[in-house]
Amino acid sequence: MKKILILIIIIYPTISFSVDNNKINKITKNLRCLICQGQSIYDSQSEFANSLKKVVEDKINENMTEKQIYKFLTDKYGEWILYEPEFNKNTYFLWLFPLAIFIFGGILIFKKKT
Amino acid sequence: MSSKIKFISIFCFFIFCFFIFFLSLKDSKKYTPKALINKKIINFEMKQLESNEIITENDIFEINKITLLNIWSSWCLPCRDEHKYLTELKMNNKLNMVGINYKDKKKNAQNFLNEFGNPYKLILVDEDGKNSINFGAYGVPETFIYNSEKKLIKKIIGPIDLKSFNEIKNILK
Repeated sequence: MKKILILIIIIYPTISFSVDNNKINKITKNLRCLICQGQSIYDSQSEFANSLKKVVEDKINENMTEKQIYKFLTDKYGEWILYEPEFNKNTYFLWLFPLAIFIFGGILIFKKKT
Repeated sequence: MSSKIKFISIFCFFIFCFFIFFLSLKDSKKYTPKALINKKIINFEMKQLESNEIITENDIFEINKITLLNIWSSWCLPCRDEHKYLTELKMNNKLNMVGINYKDKKKNAQNFLNEFGNPYKLILVDEDGKNSINFGAYGVPETFIYNSEKKLIKKIIGPIDLKSFNEIKNILK
């Protein structure tokens, strides 16, 4: 029993740390480094990126959700900071056009077959 | 006839794609500070460089004065270029200048001010850069100009040059 308890005490912080770290990595990989374009915040070692990583970590510790963190950052830096554009009136075309082409192509193939 | 329609539609499609890409190439990819303009200053608590006293957003404003918040650092070369403009702006009594010392060592910051002069009424310290992120800044130097209602009226990314210096003077007129 004692051994199990010790094991839990040792393992628990590493598990919770890795969960947090995974979340930080996931979010920072979707953030664009604004002063070193072409790199994500996760990849970059610039001063801006390092500070932003700390801010994301703080926000996760404040129990903010991923969406709330993105909202917080787009309010300050605009949508350009996100690699994956949000689904809104400016991006309907971007998201739906490939789907429309896919459906259109499907119809063409289907028609040819019949 | 049908092949002609096919050709025209494919041609139109390529023209359409060309214009989409052409327009987005011309689009500036630097983020625009529009997202922040007219927004009220954020709440913050930062230490003062000299006294370590905690300063909040309410302490930096003066009645009926424009407040200029300048993020600088002793290791930042462009900050040296813009310093002469800040020193000149210091003479203007409608302006209240506050500095944010970004990721710097206290001793280096003090040496910088001794060498180039101190144009700021107050200097706050942002040791880890998190406060600057909260302001919506992305590096040094960067300048935020607030009106007396604590709303952002202008943001200058990078060093103040002659053009932005004249723009600031126009705001102060």
